[in-house]
Amino acid sequence: MIRTAIFDPPAWDRAEIMRYARIRGADDSYRDLIDECIREAESVLSYRVCYATEDIQRDNELICFGNIETTSQTIKKAIGNSQQVLVFAATVGAPFDRLLQRYSLLSPSKALILQAIGAERVESLCDAFCAQANRDLTVSKKRLTRRVSPGYGDIPLDMQRDIFALLDCPRKIGLTLDESLLMSPSKSVTAICGITAEEITEQAKCAECDKTDCIYRQ
Amino acid sequence: MNFREFLKQNIVILDGGMGTLLQERGLQPGESPERWNISHPDVITAIHQSYYDSGSNVVNTNTFGANCLHFDEIELEEIIREAVDNAKKAAALSTATHEKYVALDIGPTGRLLKPMGDLDFEEAVSVFAKTVQLGVKYGVDLIMIETMNDSYETKAALLAAKENSDLPVLVSNAYSENEKLMTGASPAAMVAMLEGMGADAIGVNCSFGPDKLAPIVREYLRFASVPVMLKPNAGLPHSENGRTLYDVFPDVFSDITAGLVADGVRVAGGCCGTTPDYIKALCDKIAVSVPSVTPKHDTIISSYTTAVRFGNDPVLIGERINPTGKKRLKEALRNNELDYILGEGLKQQSAGAKVLDVNVGLPEIDEPAMLTKVVYELQAVSDLPLQIDTSDPVAMEKALRIYNGKALINSVNGKQESMEAIFPLMKKYGGVAVALTLDESGIPDTVEGRVAIAKKIIDTAAAYGIDKKDLIFDTLAMAVSADKNAAKLTLGSLHKIRHELGVHTSLGVSNISFGLPQRDIVNAAFFALALENGLSAAIMNPFFAEMMKTYYSFRVLKGLDDNCSDYIAFAESVQNNVTVSKTGAADKADDTLSLSNAVIKGLKDQAARLCVELLKNTEPLTVVRDHIIPALDTVGREYEQGRVYLPGLLMSAEAAKYAFEEIKARMSSDSGKDKCAFVIATVKGDIHDIGKNIVKLLLENYGFAVSDLGKDVDPELIVEETVRLHAPLVGLSALMTTTVPAMEETIKQLRISSPWAKVVVGGAVMTKEYADSIGADKYAKDAMDTVRYAEAVNDTLQ
Repeated sequence: MIRTAIFDPPAWDRAEIMRYARIRGADDSYRDLIDECIREAESVLSYRVCYATEDIQRDNELICFGNIETTSQTIKKAIGNSQQVLVFAATVGAPFDRLLQRYSLLSPSKALILQAIGAERVESLCDAFCAQANRDLTVSKKRLTRRVSPGYGDIPLDMQRDIFALLDCPRKIGLTLDESLLMSPSKSVTAICGITAEEITEQAKCAECDKTDCIYRQ
Repeated sequence: MNFREFLKQNIVILDGGMGTLLQERGLQPGESPERWNISHPDVITAIHQSYYDSGSNVVNTNTFGANCLHFDEIELEEIIREAVDNAKKAAALSTATHEKYVALDIGPTGRLLKPMGDLDFEEAVSVFAKTVQLGVKYGVDLIMIETMNDSYETKAALLAAKENSDLPVLVSNAYSENEKLMTGASPAAMVAMLEGMGADAIGVNCSFGPDKLAPIVREYLRFASVPVMLKPNAGLPHSENGRTLYDVFPDVFSDITAGLVADGVRVAGGCCGTTPDYIKALCDKIAVSVPSVTPKHDTIISSYTTAVRFGNDPVLIGERINPTGKKRLKEALRNNELDYILGEGLKQQSAGAKVLDVNVGLPEIDEPAMLTKVVYELQAVSDLPLQIDTSDPVAMEKALRIYNGKALINSVNGKQESMEAIFPLMKKYGGVAVALTLDESGIPDTVEGRVAIAKKIIDTAAAYGIDKKDLIFDTLAMAVSADKNAAKLTLGSLHKIRHELGVHTSLGVSNISFGLPQRDIVNAAFFALALENGLSAAIMNPFFAEMMKTYYSFRVLKGLDDNCSDYIAFAESVQNNVTVSKTGAADKADDTLSLSNAVIKGLKDQAARLCVELLKNTEPLTVVRDHIIPALDTVGREYEQGRVYLPGLLMSAEAAKYAFEEIKARMSSDSGKDKCAFVIATVKGDIHDIGKNIVKLLLENYGFAVSDLGKDVDPELIVEETVRLHAPLVGLSALMTTTVPAMEETIKQLRISSPWAKVVVGGAVMTKEYADSIGADKYAKDAMDTVRYAEAVNDTLQ
């Protein structure tokens, strides 16, 4: 079953915005610009998620859930021994893309900051959604493993097509996939988490990632 | 009885959910329900039959996603043939005695239309057209376009239905919790567009239960002159022991839905989670009396999000996108500088315009192509409705076709030829036309003469099936300097037409003062008189402070400005003397600032102002050479050394651009671009252009003649432009690994057709190795790197 959820705006994380804008460590000189961009973005942002829980079947290296069959080592490592997965898609909406488009023409400096705001917003939305899911799972003494997405590690980007078919994203949250496997609205995430009863040691987001040369690495 | 007749006289009961019932019968997650028409015809027929048996007059074929993007031609035809057959069989098998119809169900494509997505508008029209043609071929009774959550795609589907059949078309949209479509349209905007295009019934479906859809459907009832439909979900889903359950049960569902039918909804059914039980309960509760559909008289135009209503509150139409008398705009049109034109639109929006006039008529340009392009790009960045302004009917049709909403059409007049050209377009695409009170014998010099023409236009429009609410009359402001009675005549006609014919009015206000000194003074007074005589809209320059003063005062005095808040905000801006600030944000004045420093600090307005100061006694090229370029170089070097971040570099570049605009306004066209041509584009399949725009901005600042082809550009187009300009440099951007092959293909074609051109590539996925492997000349790690490379290439040409 596909479900949808609408979230209240998650708390703003300015340090993350600065990290995505690659101005981490800059002095206060961008404060006004960031404030102005946040103010304009606030009125057009929305926070929508659609999701489904699926049972996992394993056959040697093959992992199957819903309509998805994969041999991805990244997924295997992320979900561990989970018996179920939570598949979800999250978006901050199409009107934000219009704003981005407008400033891409009028003021690339603002577009750059807005771009970073969009990235921070959708990641914060994913965090809020996963936190909610974890709270819901406490009853059954389970929790989510870390989330991974198509295009990350060895997960093929074309798994997006299967996720979109599974979650009916266009209808549920207005999220579409184009022929180049790009999502519109652009500030959107699809992801897969395992649901496990095992203990998980908390780690900083970036610590678990293999991409050690990443410019955004914390 | 055919469906159109039935709809006129009856409450129409639709069917309920299909997807949820199929899942209960074994449809797997991610599996195509449309294929079940072929693999499980009995299951589909039985579901349809149970709806007919429960009271549905209309069942939708199981073809929600049946289009040629999801299925090949042969399978698509088979699916639609079987789907229609399944529904017809069900109608025959059902023992119910009421009228039974089969609707061809059309859902969204699942792709977003350009320019925000990658599906071309005309491609979307042809995708829907194929489905419609097959539905017609296999004999459906009507077409149901449903669950659309984007206005542009809805328009494409309705256009396809209208162009490929004479069948009745019902159009239903899916709204979000904020009572707007996912891409932003309000119910009033959708009503305006869909009714204008001739939908037979319009309404809402899916998303929520009937309780949550009630406020949206009431908006439809308020504005629509056609029957309104409602097809809600059975509330929201949850899971119990592996089964999907919805939280609104048939009893409550039918109570609320029947209540809305009593309030005026004429077409009702259910969507996700509803079953034949819901439909049966609904039928049992619907009263026998049929609510009448009352015609509404509001004059409304719309953008992709917003409806603008003409009434007592005057509507300002910004006139700045019109090349007449504007050197810089003419230059921008000739050079294809779309961002300048769009910028003019957005500035007027910040200055208070509620509609933007778009006129790109210049003898030496292809007007239909340019008008279409500007409308298409402008509606992607501004949410104001547009007034499409052209005397060329071909350009008008092209622009109306791709317009995302219900446009204001400028203009029609009392000449037979004009009405014959414009009214059929209005009938097909919708729209409100500005009607000029002139005809074959010219502009009458009496009030009676102008009113008579207005009546003739109203009558002729009626013969085309166009209501007078879709006409706005312009009684033509003529120069008082040439005829002392000109204003009296214009205002007298305006008053009569507004109050006796009961239609709205518009004027190009400033014409009145032609030939007089200090025109603002006369314009403002005439504007006030016109408003008092019933002017509904003014085509004007929102940067003219005197006119804006009249506008805000009038609204306060007429009780149109709650708490005088708009006036107070305006008055404060007048006090601070920033009314005509073109950026919308004023920088603090600083007398010690130099132009170079303004650029370095990224202060746009200051840079523009200081540049104007300098230009008073310095040659333009000297200003560029000695002030702007050194400042840019300083920031550029600091950026390269890691002392300034990218946003800082860009703020400086933007400030420099403001200074350059002042220089351009004082120089003959194209001078100042002292470096070679540079063709730039984001490659085919990629719709990201922020990075490309950053590079473009810097290149322009450094004097390159940049030709920007935009995003998602075909290799052929890039080659064509490179050859046309004999451009020594081509810049290509790609953000996604999936679009790098398009970059490689573009380079391959460039090598054949324009071997002289150096190709520089960049973008998120690019690396030096990647660039080498696809045959680029240069991998640029950032915008400054591109500038440095371009300068080096340019130097070799000298």
